[in-house]
Amino acid sequence: MNQQRRSLLKYSAVFGLMASAGLISVAQAQEWNKAAFEGKSLDEVFKILGANSPDKSAAVTLNAPDIAENGAVVPVGITTSLKAEQMAILVEKNPSSLAAQFFIPAGTEPFVTTRIKMGQTSNVYALVKADGKWNMAVKEVKVTLGGCGG
Amino acid sequence: MADPMRVRAAENGGVVDVKILMKHDMESGQRKDAAGKTIPAWHITTLNVKANGKDVLNGQFGPAVSKDPFLNFKYKGAKGDKIVVSWVDSKGDKRTDEATAS
Repeated sequence: MNQQRRSLLKYSAVFGLMASAGLISVAQAQEWNKAAFEGKSLDEVFKILGANSPDKSAAVTLNAPDIAENGAVVPVGITTSLKAEQMAILVEKNPSSLAAQFFIPAGTEPFVTTRIKMGQTSNVYALVKADGKWNMAVKEVKVTLGGCGG
Repeated sequence: MADPMRVRAAENGGVVDVKILMKHDMESGQRKDAAGKTIPAWHITTLNVKANGKDVLNGQFGPAVSKDPFLNFKYKGAKGDKIVVSWVDSKGDKRTDEATAS
């Protein structure tokens, strides 16, 4: 049994190395990107997503309310006129910044709406990857009642 | 867990508008119970939507997505498309539901 545990550990170490080297990023696109979702700050998540310094772009529209009464349910939508491959929603002051990430295959409109939780008033970032380049839009959403603690 | 989802899909001018309401607690891992112990995170991690067997959307959720996640997106399709939505959560629970575009 102990032997099994050892080999399992070895496996996961190799797996982790491959992932960090980008060898299996394509095949693993469906796998949950744990590192990105555990990123504590915006910069950390940007780095993991490969978007070191996304440009602000007028082509990306972030639909979010100015004031959210209930931080547990904040409707957020992203639309863009770019040919989006990926989209991500980030909340600057949440315990982990990345809220959700979407992969948009060809034939699907670059339009996604969902609902997220926000712990406090914060900037919300909409990231769009098009032609291998990340673009973003930012909007501050004021939260009267936080949705993370309780 | 794993209650059925509600999936609506309506075709309009060659574009199918899909609305999904998943039933999931989406525990954030930040809340504490009455005894002051942190309730561990438990949330949907990956989501896949297929229309007629072809991927139309893949999503990854963190714990910051609201309880009973709602999702709305559009793809180029036609009436009668068979839409299959499936998710996996952080405990390995799964759920798949189907709908037909109208």
